[in-house]
Amino acid sequence: MSDSNPPLPQSLRAIQDDFLALGNADRLQLLLEFSDELPEVPEGMVPEDAWERVTECQSPVFIHVDSTKNEPVVYASAPAEAPTTRGFASILVQGFQGLTAEEIMAVPLDFPQSLGLEEAVSLLRLRGMAGMIWRIQRQISDASPA
Amino acid sequence: MPLPTDPSIATHNYAHPERLVSTEWLAEHLGSEGLVVVESNEDVLLYDTGHIPGAVKVDWHTELNDPVVRDYLNGEQFAALMSAKGISRDDTVVIYGDKSNWWAAYALWVFSLFSHPDVRLLNGGRDKWIAEGRELTREVSTPHKTDYPVVERNDGDLRAFKEDVLEHFGRPLIDVRSQEEYTGERTHMPAYPEEGALRGGHIPTAHSVPWAKAANEDGTFKSLEELREVYTEQAGIDGSEPVITYCRIGERSSHTWFVLQHLMGIDNVKNYDGSWTEWGSAVRVPIVKGLEPGVAPGH
Repeated sequence: MSDSNPPLPQSLRAIQDDFLALGNADRLQLLLEFSDELPEVPEGMVPEDAWERVTECQSPVFIHVDSTKNEPVVYASAPAEAPTTRGFASILVQGFQGLTAEEIMAVPLDFPQSLGLEEAVSLLRLRGMAGMIWRIQRQISDASPA
Repeated sequence: MPLPTDPSIATHNYAHPERLVSTEWLAEHLGSEGLVVVESNEDVLLYDTGHIPGAVKVDWHTELNDPVVRDYLNGEQFAALMSAKGISRDDTVVIYGDKSNWWAAYALWVFSLFSHPDVRLLNGGRDKWIAEGRELTREVSTPHKTDYPVVERNDGDLRAFKEDVLEHFGRPLIDVRSQEEYTGERTHMPAYPEEGALRGGHIPTAHSVPWAKAANEDGTFKSLEELREVYTEQAGIDGSEPVITYCRIGERSSHTWFVLQHLMGIDNVKNYDGSWTEWGSAVRVPIVKGLEPGVAPGH
């Protein structure tokens, strides 16, 4: 992280610290915990046509941001066969919880690269997570009054 | 000592039935002395969510590649990896994985570069094992360290480089990617991330035979008759000439390489692992767009 970046919100900083405190094998285990924790979205909570597919990901993952409140709520859905993608989505769902729209908009797209997962996961697999952030931010900016 | 072959595979009349085992066979032989089961997936965490009891994970991205150069491990690195995974040179290795065994076939191909004597694929892979309700565990096995010998990697027989492809024109070349990738409509798999090829299209003269033509719905391989129809009748591969297969980074084409070499018994099949991510970005190599294979440059 260069000094010119705005500071990460505390929630994301805490996740980052947790990952960086671990060795490679344990970082994967932590990602698995996040994957297991991705909350099920109750049926009907998000209208079928409101889900947006994250095409940057190798697995079918969908996101939706409810921007009707001051603190946007991020929903994500990904299959059990795609635990890495679920883990990335879960990090964002948990890390963005309680943040304001402005705070989410300020999260840098290279946040995924700051978790120390390149060696454990490979850079190629990290790209999808940036796609999720980009799409979440785009949904928020689309929803905000011009 | 290698384990016995799977008699149920022999009924398929494949050229090398000793390279394939059924889920029934594996279930029956789990825990046998001299057997190591390896899981190799596209998703690096999938093994950790549950795997065949006793299986060890080998990840293509993070473990089979050199960390710096775009190349595979060398002999010392491979020996160290095998030793850490508890694999001995005379062990029977059975590899399985997600996505109809793409990455498992890729791992098997890399094991073959080091001429591991007995390496087999699980027919149907991870999905079939799960569909049949067979046991999975999250318990990570701690392998006993072995003393795998240093064997130099031999690329010559199984691996093609860009220069080999340029000299190969006029002989069979198989593009196993999706039609959209072949025509140049897109440079990566539908719904897959962009992996950096600067041009879309295919290598001149390459026939389009998407990898899935070799697989049944349940991920097992098609019968020899069906494979002959696809590769010999339709694509003209009869074993009289050397063949090169390619895809995007070499994973789906390893699946096709396995089919041609081990199931159909065609000798001299090489996998071009540089594949489209190299060819589609290389300067001044010829490219064809559209559905037609196109003509070889200079022919």
